[in-house]
Amino acid sequence: MSVITTGGNPQLNRHGELNHLLTIEGLPRDVLTRILDTAAPFTEVAEREVKKLPLLRGKSVFNLFFENSTRTRTTFEIAAKRLSADVINLNISTSSANKGETLLDTVDNLAAMQADMFVVRHASSGAPYLIAQHLAATGRDHIHVVNAGDGRHAHPTQGLLDMYTIRHYKKDFTQLTVAIVGDVLHSRVARSQIHALNTLGVPEVRVIAPKTLLPTAVERLGVRVFNDMREGLRGVDVVMMLRLQNERMQGALLPSTQEFFKSWGLTPDKLALAKPDAIVMHPGPMNRGVEIDSAVADGNQAVILPQVTFGIAVRMAVMAMLGGN
Amino acid sequence: MPVTLPDAEALCAALAESMRPQVDPALTALVGIHTGGVWVAERLHKSLGLKIPPGSIDVSFHRDDYHQRGLHAGNKSSQIPFDVEGAHIVIVDDVLYTGRTIRAAMNELFDYGRPGRIDLAVLSDRGGRELPVAPTWCPHAAPLPAAQMLALERADDGRLSFRLMEK
Repeated sequence: MSVITTGGNPQLNRHGELNHLLTIEGLPRDVLTRILDTAAPFTEVAEREVKKLPLLRGKSVFNLFFENSTRTRTTFEIAAKRLSADVINLNISTSSANKGETLLDTVDNLAAMQADMFVVRHASSGAPYLIAQHLAATGRDHIHVVNAGDGRHAHPTQGLLDMYTIRHYKKDFTQLTVAIVGDVLHSRVARSQIHALNTLGVPEVRVIAPKTLLPTAVERLGVRVFNDMREGLRGVDVVMMLRLQNERMQGALLPSTQEFFKSWGLTPDKLALAKPDAIVMHPGPMNRGVEIDSAVADGNQAVILPQVTFGIAVRMAVMAMLGGN
Repeated sequence: MPVTLPDAEALCAALAESMRPQVDPALTALVGIHTGGVWVAERLHKSLGLKIPPGSIDVSFHRDDYHQRGLHAGNKSSQIPFDVEGAHIVIVDDVLYTGRTIRAAMNELFDYGRPGRIDLAVLSDRGGRELPVAPTWCPHAAPLPAAQMLALERADDGRLSFRLMEK
């Protein structure tokens, strides 16, 4: 059995079950809903005396981080450990890749160490897909791949935990107006959010950003574009802020971060234009005073820390579902 | 040949009566296993006049066939609304079969603390044990062939009944 020859989504096996999690794009609504439903009981595990379940006991999860990350790697590590897996962290930006080893040679070596799951972060879009394809082509598709962020392409577990958070506070996706604000151009998070929101039936997804920080033809993803923040925030139920990715900026996309904050930073007076019960989300790490005012980040509409907590449950659910398929 | 199914309502009443002398309404806590066991636990809780609110357990996280069957959505959260440490706990289920579910439920309970004593109450024992598990109270026992399944159902008016299904 090869996941590549099923003709359908390379993430699903022939029974339509999740074999890898590479991107939210193209995943059917019932699969997304199943992941969110599965995550719910995992949130309660954190309240127990023993915060550990035996589902991945005896399994080895390799965190392959070709790009730095603290939060995502840590939450994946906690999630895998709470499922009783053995977790091996490889920070490859400082390791073999620097000595000239190719991505697939690294994967082959780790597969030879009896890996059961790879959690992959890579600066190049499509790297996790390449790994999944390589494993399938070499008859090793019992090894699961989870994309923990690839280039500008996708960050599916972040998208899923954001959906979990929205559902937790707003219950019904089909009545919502959701705004995604900031540096959409460089954001894999935004792309995963947009695909998830559309698949789950959110009637209006807005992106609010300066023209220089929007991908070309972003409307084709199924969003309404606003180049004026006040106009875009009017009447929304959910505000999803994005981090201004200074490290990815090339050329003069912005005059300065102070200038950015003035026009695109979420301040209490701008947030007042949204619905009074609107929630404010941010995938972290936050740049206070750049994309978000501290008064909002620490305010009672912010659900930024619950996002982190839900993120562990969602990642546990994804790994438990993959490990059982 | 039509099989006479046990009367679930009568068994609930009989189970409560057999438990009554050995439970302390102030100290004994019930934990029902999803889904049928939760219904039975609610009945017993009322009939026995227990003070501690009943808990519920979903055994999905501790099932020993996870690697064959995977994790399926629809698993519920376990709710244990009392302190497990040192408590007298009665695990309640509708039908006792291989004993694997009970093993998983006990593992789940221990994630919340160390109970003082655990008992097991079931409506019916259908035989076919694969683990050394025996009920403390069980008003009905009738072996069934492996191809059949005895399932508890609850009608809209709350009435419980058994249904025999072919696997």
